[in-house]
Amino acid sequence: MSVKYTEDHEWVLVEGDIATVGITDYAQNAMGDIVFAETPEAGTEVSKGDDCAVVESVKTASDIYAPISGEITEGNQALDDQPELVNASPEGDGWFFKMTIADASELDDLMDGAAYKKFCEGLD
Amino acid sequence: MSDTLKTTPLHALHLELGGKMVPFAGYDMPVQYKLGIMKEHLHTREACGLFDVSHMGQALLKGDDVQTAIESLTPSDIKGLPNNGIRYSLLMNEEGGIRDDFMVTNRGDHLYLVVNAACKDADFDYIATSLPDHSLELLEDRALLALQGPKAAEILNRFAPGIDQLIFMNMGEFDIAGIPCLVSRSGYTGEDGYEISVPSDRAEELARKLLGEEEVEAIGLGARDSLRLEVGLCLYGSDIDTTTSPIEGALNWAVGKRRREEGGFPGHDVVMKHLSEGVSRKRVGIKPLGRAPARAHTEIADKDGNIIGEITSGGFGPSFGGPVAMGYVKTEFSKVGTEINLIVRGKTMPGEIAKLPFVPQRYYKG
Repeated sequence: MSVKYTEDHEWVLVEGDIATVGITDYAQNAMGDIVFAETPEAGTEVSKGDDCAVVESVKTASDIYAPISGEITEGNQALDDQPELVNASPEGDGWFFKMTIADASELDDLMDGAAYKKFCEGLD
Repeated sequence: MSDTLKTTPLHALHLELGGKMVPFAGYDMPVQYKLGIMKEHLHTREACGLFDVSHMGQALLKGDDVQTAIESLTPSDIKGLPNNGIRYSLLMNEEGGIRDDFMVTNRGDHLYLVVNAACKDADFDYIATSLPDHSLELLEDRALLALQGPKAAEILNRFAPGIDQLIFMNMGEFDIAGIPCLVSRSGYTGEDGYEISVPSDRAEELARKLLGEEEVEAIGLGARDSLRLEVGLCLYGSDIDTTTSPIEGALNWAVGKRRREEGGFPGHDVVMKHLSEGVSRKRVGIKPLGRAPARAHTEIADKDGNIIGEITSGGFGPSFGGPVAMGYVKTEFSKVGTEINLIVRGKTMPGEIAKLPFVPQRYYKG
């Protein structure tokens, strides 16, 4: 099991052949209070870079992109009624969706924890 | 970026308070502070918030019978405004559209004007050019603070005894903690409160005094927008502009009764036509029935899928506890309760025409 990160501030937790995707603490902090989240339906095929979920704060709406290609196996339905979970637990209960990994080599393009930390420091 | 942006006299204080700064109307302004938009919004409705609105344009219009003079540019009844009375007014174009909305205070021998930041250069040029026999004095050495919320009067009274007796939409001169200020009982949140014009060199001193009271929090532009939207107040440039008439904008109340008959302001013919023949579209409140906010430029459709209008302001209403919006629809769909669809990210979402405001306005009327 390993966690990888994208430049769009998403995390990808790989467990076996399933990846769980959410937004990072940096991202939820930058967005502020989350008031709405829309997660994809199971069975949706996505390609790396497709917009496949939505997160909205009081002020703005942001797309969430597929960090890798694959098929959505589950959207986090808890976010329908409790979008604030994304603020409270962005890298835990506030996950967005789970998906299959069509091409494991796409994971190699993502950052590890140390690289992501450095990436965020460069933004401040 | 910040090299080219203007700053207000409170800029250093915003940074010190952890304000998240964004460009707004050419100024580097705080969209929120550490509390975040949601808590800042709720705190203003429950207690008291301090806003820096120094980016707005303040000016004095002076000269003979200045009340009559300004009436040549606006449909408001300014001659009927008592001394120190304030009126929400519109600057009009010849097509019956709105150049800007602004506040006019009758100061007897002059008028005190407050216009929107994004329009101020154009407005002041227009007023000065249109009224060459009068003098427009820009108050560039004054800041503008808004203290808003149900505790605002009690708090301000600690620094300026008697200021709690000032009535909504009236102005007075007060020393607040020894600082000479021009104070309006008005605001843009739907709550009781004040807008305080203060010399720039004493603005930070005043802001620190007010923030020193435990009920007061600094509030950014994000909450300012959600607060005004919940109480149905227009944002110029979004909800009204040069292409919307006051009647389409449901601002009939801003067109004085005497002025309707007398005319004498730009666009009078269009306004009268809209009043007598009706309008084809109208600004209304819109309540999305799901949880998803419908933002500005969201298309509005009828139940058969025909496009009937567009959202002009939309977001989440923290006090309302759900998404709120306003926009224009064809008049036949403008009745409260009418079911509509909102096209959000290509998907159809149910909504309905709602009564404005979404949250009651609470003013001090004496």
